[in-house]
Amino acid sequence: MLFTSFQFILFLTVLFVVYYLIPKKFQWMLLLLASYIFYSFAGSKYLFYILITTVSTYFTGRMLNQIQSISAAYLKENKETLTREDRKAYKAGMKKKQRRWLTICLLLNLGILGVIKYLDFTIGNINSVLDLLKVNNNLPLMGFVLPLGISFYTFMSVGYIIDVYREKYSYEKNIAKLALFISFFPQVIQGPISRFDELKETLFAEHSFNTTNISFGLQRILFGFFKKVVIADRLLVAVNTIVRDPSEYQGVYVLVGMFFYAIELYADFTGGIDITIGVAQVLGVKLPENFERPYFSKSIVEYWRRWHITMGTWFKDYIFFPISVSKSMLNLSKSCRARFGDAIGKRVPVYIATIVTWFATGIWHGAAWNFVVWGLGNCLVILVSQECMPLYDKFHNRFHVQHTLWYRLFQVMRTFWLMSFLRTFDCYRNVPTTFKMYGTIITKGNYQELFQGGLMQLGLTLSDYIVVIFGVVLLLMVSLLQRNGSVREKLAAKPYIIRYATYFAILLAILILGAYGVGYNASQFIYSQF
Amino acid sequence: MDAILEILGGLHPEIDFNTCNTLIDDRIIDSFDIVTIVSEISDEFDITIPVEEIVPKNFNSAKALYAMVERLIEE
Repeated sequence: MLFTSFQFILFLTVLFVVYYLIPKKFQWMLLLLASYIFYSFAGSKYLFYILITTVSTYFTGRMLNQIQSISAAYLKENKETLTREDRKAYKAGMKKKQRRWLTICLLLNLGILGVIKYLDFTIGNINSVLDLLKVNNNLPLMGFVLPLGISFYTFMSVGYIIDVYREKYSYEKNIAKLALFISFFPQVIQGPISRFDELKETLFAEHSFNTTNISFGLQRILFGFFKKVVIADRLLVAVNTIVRDPSEYQGVYVLVGMFFYAIELYADFTGGIDITIGVAQVLGVKLPENFERPYFSKSIVEYWRRWHITMGTWFKDYIFFPISVSKSMLNLSKSCRARFGDAIGKRVPVYIATIVTWFATGIWHGAAWNFVVWGLGNCLVILVSQECMPLYDKFHNRFHVQHTLWYRLFQVMRTFWLMSFLRTFDCYRNVPTTFKMYGTIITKGNYQELFQGGLMQLGLTLSDYIVVIFGVVLLLMVSLLQRNGSVREKLAAKPYIIRYATYFAILLAILILGAYGVGYNASQFIYSQF
Repeated sequence: MDAILEILGGLHPEIDFNTCNTLIDDRIIDSFDIVTIVSEISDEFDITIPVEEIVPKNFNSAKALYAMVERLIEE
């Protein structure tokens, strides 16, 4: 059930009415039922996967809690008699027991994700090697279909169970509540990747009919629809025209494709998240923000703090830090310091953890080498810019340009284009084609074509371009206004007539300017495929 | 405390770590700095800082870091 389908609007309307009519204590149960109904629309067989994840995560959490309780009780009872060493040894033994349960749970859930998402990719690579070795017995592909939102709900479950293991919070005693956390329908498709401790209060609370919340939620949904159907779905046509025919569209068209894809992806993903957060808000649930005007970032590190925020913090908390501060990594760092000096020794844990994290980020986005190269490309730029920091500092100290508007604009544009270049790996069918297309930007020399009708050959008409420009200007204005606080709050303070004229204008824009046309079928959100 | 101030000062000499309480909140130190701090504190005090201790409240100031180190030594 697509967010942009009439089916979803009907589903949400019915849910909304029932949600505020039933006794409040049953609201979260209704959300669970609605989430499973929503999920079953993608295919009831996929419920099996999400159920396995839910049940295994629940029982592991229960087991971990049991061991933690036994451990705490034993240490309390024997506080006087145990020596410091005894206490340490006992704690280590109990932690080991917990680690066993955690490992089983992680292997099972990440194993399911791994097999379904990456088995065919692995088999494909093995077959390529066999072809190189001229072995004819190729392995058959399994052709698994990816269950809806598996990457998102698996990460949320993994985050939850690791937090319970780390004793950040206690396990959820009610399996139905845990099931709702894992399957909550607005976020199961494309995130945000919520944390249990941040979501539980709002998700299981009793919610009264709050007109401000509902109005703000509906406005956000409306703006999300606007971004998706007016901007993203329109630019999708031009991006597809360019990237699906790399023999025809080279040179300047590659740059145009990069630029259009940057806007399309932003409108698509932030639009989807707007709908997600808006739907949750209408139901009284507060989801974490996933974006903070990322295209205003002045460096790639800042960009990754502001784009897909919940994914970035997930990788940092559950991959980057566990690797970089692990005992073995610190020992390695120590021995490297002794052999190669402080400068190298210090960098070893950071470099290894960063490379692993970005490899994982890349492969999480898709089972293809494009995504791996994209991830490692990001890693390279981050590490190089980290190394160049002293140079930047020297430059800034010498020229004092840091706080000038033109220099900040330069930094923003540099980050935008750098990210757009890297993101091109998402678009073309494979890595060599992407590199070849990069090359044509310099070698093709067809820049004049763009102004001789080239733009009109990309599947968009002049009116389409005007609509896109209008949409992008609106996005830019909203982003600029957001820097000084909530735009919806500002709008709420305006006279009645201005507010409703604005809502009506956006609704009208969605209905009239949406990229519909003959045989229209709203495309999937890009991130729902991850 | 002096040892912690020295470690932090080595990373960002321009910051007054005696008074700053928002090292993480104001993004004065980043993930890379945290790894260096963990590594150097582990060496200096011969302790293991488990990953669950890497939370903003433990890294927001030199005092908070010192309190964490004392607690870990005690444990």
